[in-house]
Amino acid sequence: MSAATLQAKRRSFDVKKFLANNGALVGLVVLCIALFIATPDFLTGRNLLNIGIQVSTVAVLAFGMTFVIVAGGIDLSVGSVAALSAMVSGWFFVSAGLPGWLALLGGLAAGLLAGVINGLASAYGKLPSFIATLAMLSIARGLTLVISDGRPIKTSPEVSFLGGNLGPVPMPIVILLIAALVASFLLNRTVVGRSMYAVGGNAEAARLSGLPVKRIIVIVFGLAGLFAALAGLLLAGRLDSAQPQAATGYELDAIAAVVIGGASLAGGLGRISGTFVGALVLVVIRNGLNLLNVTSFWQQVVIGVVIALAVGIDVLRRKTRSS
Amino acid sequence: MSDHPLLTLNQVSKSFGPVNVIRKVSVNVHAGAVQVLLGENGAGKSTLIKMMAGVYQPDGGEILIDGKAVSLPNTRAAEEHGIATIHQELNLVNSMSVAENVMLGRTPKKFGMVDRKALRRQARAALDLIGLDVDVETPVGELGIARQQLVEIAKALSINARILILDEPTAALTRHETESLFKVVADLRRKGVGMLFISHHLDEIAEIGDSVTVLRDGEFVAEVPASTSEDELVRLMVGRSIDDQFPRRSAESEGPAEILAVEHLTSKGKFEDISFTLRAGEVLGISGLVGAGRTELIRAIAGADRYDSGSVKVRGKALPKGSVQAAIRAGLGHVPEDRKGQGLVLDASVNENLGYATLASSARLGLADFSGQRSRAEAVANTLRIRMHSIDQPVGSLSGGNQQKAVFGRWIIAASTVLLLDEPTRGVDVGAKVEIYELMNAITEAGGAIVMVSSELPEVLGMSDRILVLRDGRLAGEFSSADATQDKVMTLAARDVNEEH
Ligand SMILES: Nc1ncnc2c1ncn2[C@@H]1O[C@H](COP(=O)(O)OP(=O)(O)OP(=O)(O)O)[C@@H](O)[C@H]1O
Ligand SMILES: [Mg+2]
Repeated sequence: MSAATLQAKRRSFDVKKFLANNGALVGLVVLCIALFIATPDFLTGRNLLNIGIQVSTVAVLAFGMTFVIVAGGIDLSVGSVAALSAMVSGWFFVSAGLPGWLALLGGLAAGLLAGVINGLASAYGKLPSFIATLAMLSIARGLTLVISDGRPIKTSPEVSFLGGNLGPVPMPIVILLIAALVASFLLNRTVVGRSMYAVGGNAEAARLSGLPVKRIIVIVFGLAGLFAALAGLLLAGRLDSAQPQAATGYELDAIAAVVIGGASLAGGLGRISGTFVGALVLVVIRNGLNLLNVTSFWQQVVIGVVIALAVGIDVLRRKTRSS
Repeated sequence: MSDHPLLTLNQVSKSFGPVNVIRKVSVNVHAGAVQVLLGENGAGKSTLIKMMAGVYQPDGGEILIDGKAVSLPNTRAAEEHGIATIHQELNLVNSMSVAENVMLGRTPKKFGMVDRKALRRQARAALDLIGLDVDVETPVGELGIARQQLVEIAKALSINARILILDEPTAALTRHETESLFKVVADLRRKGVGMLFISHHLDEIAEIGDSVTVLRDGEFVAEVPASTSEDELVRLMVGRSIDDQFPRRSAESEGPAEILAVEHLTSKGKFEDISFTLRAGEVLGISGLVGAGRTELIRAIAGADRYDSGSVKVRGKALPKGSVQAAIRAGLGHVPEDRKGQGLVLDASVNENLGYATLASSARLGLADFSGQRSRAEAVANTLRIRMHSIDQPVGSLSGGNQQKAVFGRWIIAASTVLLLDEPTRGVDVGAKVEIYELMNAITEAGGAIVMVSSELPEVLGMSDRILVLRDGRLAGEFSSADATQDKVMTLAARDVNEEH
C-alpha cells in the first residue's frame, strides 16, 4: 500500500476508536451534563471544590495503584497503609515530640516501608501480590489500632496544612495535581516506569531482555505505599487528626478508578490520565447521588454497576483490538 | 462426490483499520490435495487462513464450502463445517496437561464428570499419530516449543476434520518430526481430507504439496504446481531471485581469540558435562533432536536459568549463574525459541520491544532516551525490513516472521558481541532469512561470535563454521563445516533414538 493512502486514511477521525480509548472521559462528560440538568446544586463553586477535595484522596491512592496494576499486580493494602502512615506521623509528632515537618516525612517513610515490604514479599517471597497485600491490609490496620489505641491522634501543623487552603484553592487539590504530574512523569518518562509496562505485559520476556524484574516490582509497591501515605496525610490533614479507621475500603475505590480509567487487570496497560478520570467518575457519581438524596446503600449498588460496566467495556475493547 | 472444491475463498478482502492486508484473493482447497500458501512475512497468509477458521470475517468476497456460500462468524462455526486449524502461534493452556489440551473442548465425559481414562486414551492415540512420546499428564507449559507444536498438531488431527489448515506447523520442528507429520499428511490425503499448508521451508513444498498459491503484499500473484523449482517460487514470492540462500562469509582470520568458554556445564536432567569454546568471528551451530537439551543449554549460558555445576566465561571472565543482566553486560544477547512467550511483550509497541535491552543503558539520570530509542528502532526495523504500518503498533499485530525479526533487532541495538540464537529464523521467509544471515556475517566480521541452535539442518550446515551435536543432554560429537553433511549430523543426533525404537 502506498504511504499516501495510508496517511490519508489515518487523518480521518476514527470515532469508534476514540470512544473505545476514551470511554471513561466520555462517560464523565455525559455524567456531568446529566447532573447539571438534574440539580442546580451540582455546578456551584462550593460543590466543585468539594468534589476536588474528595477526589484528591481517591486519585492519589489510585495513582499508586496504577503502577501496581500496570506491572501486573494488585495492592489491597493501600487503604490500611494510608491510615497507618497518618497515624505514625501523628504519633511521631504527639508522642515522640518530633518537629512537625519531620513527623510528616516519617509518615511518608512508613508508607514507603510498608509498600517495599509488599514488594519484597511478592518479588522475592514469590507470594502472589493479592496474598501479600491482603496480609499487609490486616497488619497495617492492626498496627494503626495498636499505635493509636483505637483513638484519633492530632496531626502536626504541617500535615494539617496539607488539608488546608492555599488562598482560595484547597491544598488537597494542589497536591493532587502535583501527584498526577509526578506519577505520570514516572510512568511515561523514566526507565522504571517503562519497565513496569514490560513486566506487566510479559514478565518473562522482560527478564530475558535484562530488565531487573524483581527490583522493579519492589519499586512499584514502594511507590504505591508512598502514594498511599500521601493520601492518608491528606485525609488526616483535613480532619486535623489521624483516625484509626480512616480510609477503610478505599483500596476498592482505587482499584475501581484504575480499571474505569482503562487499565487492564491482566497488566501492561494503563495511564495516569485515565486513572484520574476514573477517580473523577467515582467521586462525581457519589456526589451526584448525594445531591439527589440517594441513600448510601443504593450508592454502593450504583458504583458496583459502574465498575462492572467499565470492566465489560475493557473486555470488549481487548476483543476488538486483538481481532 | 461433487466436483466442487471442499473450500473456496472467492475474492476475499480484509483490512485492519486503515491497513488493507488482503485484497481480492481467491484460494481453493480440494479433497485429497494439499494446497500450499506461499508468501513473504506479512504477505497475509495467516490472515487468509484465519478467515477460513472463523477467527476473522472477510470485509469483501465470499467463502464457499462444497460450492455453497457460508458465513463463519466464529471458530465454532468453522469447526462445525469440519475445518480444523493449526495456528502459527500456539494456543495451548500452559497449566493444563497435554491430554487436556489435546482434548480441549471435546473432553470425554461419563455421568457428567470427566472420564479421565478415556481422556488419556484418546489423547495418547492422537499423540501416537505424530510420534510424540511424552507423558500425557505433563503440564504443557513444561514442554519446549517443538513439543508444544506437536501437541497442537495432535489436537487438530484428533478432530477428524474434512479440511485441515496448517499454518507453519514445521517451523519449530526438526526433520525427524517433520517426517512423521508428513506421513500423517499423506495418509489424510489418501482419506480425502483437503489441506492447506503454509511453510517457509521451500523444500517441503514439492515434498507434500500439490499446488501452490503465491501471495505478495496481500494480493494474489500466481497459482503454480508444487513441482515448480524453488528458484522460481522464490522469484514469484519476493519479486526477485536470491542467489545464495546461505551467504556465510567466514571471518576467522585474526588469531583464535577465545570469546566464550563453556566448561563442564551441567544441569541435572537437562544436560551434562558440556564443554566448548567459541572464537571471535565464529558461528557455532548446535544440532540435535527435539529434547536433546539444546535450548536448556543456551538458556543456561544466557543466564536465563541456573545450572548445577561448571562455568561460563566470556573473554576469560566467569559469568554469575542465572543472571541475564550480567550476561548482557558481558556482551551476550539471547534470542529465545518462543517469541510469544519469552521474547516479546505483545501489547507493547514495536519500538518499545526493540528497546528493552537498552532501556537502562541508554537512559540518562533514570530518564528513558525516547528520541534516541526511536531513531535506533527505526534504523533497525529498516535494516531488518520489519513490515509494519507504524513503529508504534503493538508488536503482537505483526506477522509471525516480523515478530521474530523484532526479537533479533533488540540485540542489534544492544550491539551484542556474542549472540545466542535459539531458532533465530523460525517462521522467517527466505528473503528475510538471508538478511538475518548477513547480519550474522556482519557481527562475526566485527569480531563477534554466534552460537546458533536450529532445527533446520540446511541452515546449520550452511551458516556454521563448526557444528556440535547434542544427544540426550550430552555432546555426541563435533564437525567442521567442511566435513558435515545432513546424513552425518542426523545419524549422530538420532543414534540412540533409533536404537531404542
Ligand atoms: N490484528 C492486526 N492488526 C493490524 N495489523 C495486522 C493484524 N494482523 C495482521 N496484521 C498485518 O497484516 C499483515 C499480514 O499479516 P499475516 O500474519 O497474515 O502475515 P503472514 O503472511 O502470515 O506472515 P508470516 O510469514 O510472517 O507469518 C502484516 O503486515 C501484519 O502486520
Ligand atoms: Mg503467518
